[in-house]
Amino acid sequence: MKKTLSKNNFHSVGNSVIRNDVIEKVTGTAKYIDDYKFGDMLYGATVRATVPHGNIKSFNSALALKIDGVIAVYTYKDVPGKNEVPFILNDYPLLASDKVLFHGQAIALVVAKTPEIAKFAAKKVEVTYQELPAINDVHQSLKKDAVKIFGNDNIFKRYDIIRGDAENVFEKAAVVVEGKYTTNYQVHAYLETQGMVADPQPDGSIVIYGSMQCPFYIHDAIVHILNVPQNKVRIVQTTTGGAFGGKEDVPSIVAAHAALAAYLSKKPVKIIYSREEDFQAMSKRHPSYIEMKYAADKKGKITAAQVRYILDGGAFSTLSPVVLWRGAVHAAGPYNIPNVKIEAICAATNKVPCGAFRGFGQPQTTFANESLIDELAVKLNISPLELRRINMMKVGSRTATGQKITRSCGLEKVIKQVVQKSDWNKIYLSPEKRTGTIRTGIGIAASFYGVGLGAGGKYLDRAGSYVQVQKDGTVIIAIGNTELGQGVFTVISQIAAEMLGCPYNFVRVLKTDTTRVPDSGPTVASRSTLMSGNAVRNAAGIIRLRIDKMVLEMLNVKSGAVKSNGKNYFLSSDPKKKVRYQDVVKKCYGKRINLTSNGWYAGEDVTFSQETGQGNAYYTYSYSATAAIVKVNTETCEVSVEKLVSGHDIGKALNPQLCEGQIEGGVIQSLGYALTENLIIKNGIMLNPSFAGYLIPTSSDIPEIIPVIVEEPYHDGPFGAKGLGEPPMITPATAIANAIYNATGWRTDKLPVTPEVLLDIKKHLWKKI
Amino acid sequence: MEKNIKFILNGKEVEVTVHPVKTLLKVLREDLGHTEVKAGCEQGECGSCTVIIDGKIVNSCIFPVGQAEGSSIITIAGLCKEGELHPIQKIFIEEGAVQCGFCTPGIILAVKVLLDRTLSPGDEEIREAVSGNLCRCTGYSKIFSAIKKAAVYMRTKK
Ligand code: FES
Ligand code: FES
Repeated sequence: MKKTLSKNNFHSVGNSVIRNDVIEKVTGTAKYIDDYKFGDMLYGATVRATVPHGNIKSFNSALALKIDGVIAVYTYKDVPGKNEVPFILNDYPLLASDKVLFHGQAIALVVAKTPEIAKFAAKKVEVTYQELPAINDVHQSLKKDAVKIFGNDNIFKRYDIIRGDAENVFEKAAVVVEGKYTTNYQVHAYLETQGMVADPQPDGSIVIYGSMQCPFYIHDAIVHILNVPQNKVRIVQTTTGGAFGGKEDVPSIVAAHAALAAYLSKKPVKIIYSREEDFQAMSKRHPSYIEMKYAADKKGKITAAQVRYILDGGAFSTLSPVVLWRGAVHAAGPYNIPNVKIEAICAATNKVPCGAFRGFGQPQTTFANESLIDELAVKLNISPLELRRINMMKVGSRTATGQKITRSCGLEKVIKQVVQKSDWNKIYLSPEKRTGTIRTGIGIAASFYGVGLGAGGKYLDRAGSYVQVQKDGTVIIAIGNTELGQGVFTVISQIAAEMLGCPYNFVRVLKTDTTRVPDSGPTVASRSTLMSGNAVRNAAGIIRLRIDKMVLEMLNVKSGAVKSNGKNYFLSSDPKKKVRYQDVVKKCYGKRINLTSNGWYAGEDVTFSQETGQGNAYYTYSYSATAAIVKVNTETCEVSVEKLVSGHDIGKALNPQLCEGQIEGGVIQSLGYALTENLIIKNGIMLNPSFAGYLIPTSSDIPEIIPVIVEEPYHDGPFGAKGLGEPPMITPATAIANAIYNATGWRTDKLPVTPEVLLDIKKHLWKKI
Repeated sequence: MEKNIKFILNGKEVEVTVHPVKTLLKVLREDLGHTEVKAGCEQGECGSCTVIIDGKIVNSCIFPVGQAEGSSIITIAGLCKEGELHPIQKIFIEEGAVQCGFCTPGIILAVKVLLDRTLSPGDEEIREAVSGNLCRCTGYSKIFSAIKKAAVYMRTKK
């Protein structure tokens, strides 16, 4: 076992134990969905819209049906239940009926004996359209005279958060800064594309296997489209090759397509997306447009923030309302600001629907507020660090929604450590003092992150578990959250081992299956450790009480505290009095003691009200800051990132090595977001749907990464843990943008900041001079 | 036209009757059941489908099986010897270089080719060796440290 972070009185949690799904992954025996074969299996392919907006004039599948090996072509007319994918607003049809709203929208399904035949036949299905004017960007969408593609104003959702009287403060403020910022799409680019198999059963029920984050969302979707009772649908996750939010909502579509085809053909049906199809039809990070203002007094105390935050939702709303909400709640930044006005709008366009992506609206708002904070520092002539120090959240601060931070706030410690480990004081120099063709710069960005779904999804913020100690002392666990590569099954095993008092490697977590535990909500929002962790702690705790009783009996004492070192139980007061874990288990079985239990956890209550935009939005927050060191070539405008120091207050690192892995992976996704990942959609058509055209970071782009973990325990988290999955994706991009400014004096208002963008800024500055 | 094609796969001779332009990836996965070779893009851009052919790394998704005639192919399944993990596999585990695992078979094979060539690779060589293999989960950091550690381990073991 490797290093632990804080001093540990635990035998299991806090250790960097080896992840429990790794042998099959390094040997290649792990089975991802495309590795499964079922007897008699058919293959599905999707017929997709070839125009961004249009009425379907005709649909003809005769040619496709004639192809040898084609079994059927299904359309919306074949859907036995409702032809809609149930997300939040139910505006997304499973298969288009009379019109299409984006290039790539699903219209029909071809089922055939091989995937090649299915794909070939899908191209032979003839669809003609009456093309309609398409909305290409969100500004166009919000114009009064715009074509309407959603409701009567194209607005999927809007939120207003108002605290104090920002407008009034701006009028009288000593210093005001403002900026307009845009960010582009980001593609999840998980290495395993979307895929599902639906397997119909003789009793009329159906089992879905596949690559997914949220089996319970899929469960709801299948019930909805097939119109079958809930107990006839079972969803099983297969080993999943990356997700990052991209397998949160849209797998419901893939699964529902496979389920429909299987239900109608009465055969197992597999659907695996090609990379191009995955690019074109699956969700993306929302492009954003943000106008922001800060007011401050002369000493640098921020007195007001005003934000207009607009997301381009694409053709259907999917999870846009909640992405918008998370971004809005955090939009003023991790600062204690008494007057805040935030207006957040997500509107429809005729492009691929945007949805969940690690960070969930926060990378966009962070780019705006953390760029603007740096501008404010320039205007006040104080260092960007000092300005953050003056205003940052501490215990006692209030958020934009008026929530008082009463506990577990490690932002100050995080910033301090990040500054130290990045050698900030040695490297920082104001941009005017930097010279030469290649210039170094250092920048920082900070953020806070509400853990879990908070008020945005409070009825979903609960989780179940099932824990069973077997006769030989090994343990089987079922939870409702999924393993995506982040390592949650390992952390869950560590928690169970700690609670039960058994060795970590005795514990096995079963593949997530909706028939084993009740709906435990989605595997998103950095909530799994907290939610499922607590549910397992609860179940294992119940079993442990029974075990402790037996231990006392076996040791012949009436009472006393029982402890464990993972092998033996012993009396706290007299450690020499001990019994072996497995002997106790055996004894319990002999005495017919039940060593199984269900567990349950529901998050603390939150009070945020949509009407007022005020109240407690989340029960706890993680805090993060990243410092970036870059080198900018002022001739070619190329940026090379040299070092990223990313610090995170996560309550407690239950497995430090896995935490580092989350940080390193997240910051590199954010580096791609900052510099190279540039999806282009022109007139509704995606121009670069491939890894050749859309550049995610490769091994050649990787700077030195220093992950920093701070532990400010959350009293209700398992062993104090909060959450970590999303925060590493939030600050690095902006830290890089701020570092570029520090190197060159060039302030980007766009992400990604490609060499072309920088050249543009450079030219612009010269013109001004 | 289908043809008989023979090659050595993980040390064993195999023969398939397929169209010679069928990709090696499809032949391995579909005709031979070697699903440890992964399909991430099927356009030669991600490295998930990496195999070793006669000592070189190849993206099997753009490699026509006809060209494999007579060659020796290694997939990740050919790395364990009698159930014992290869040192690279062991060290990838220890270092936490694996998350979702989808890129892992390809990356480990690319590393094997590197370490077969040199046991003291420089930083640039290490980056170069896996530059054709995308990983979206790990940020590559722990992959680099695993490679360095594996090199040292194998050097001292020799
Ligand atoms: S699948 Fe072969 S390179 Fe991506
Ligand atoms: S571990 Fe997931 S892509 Fe590398």
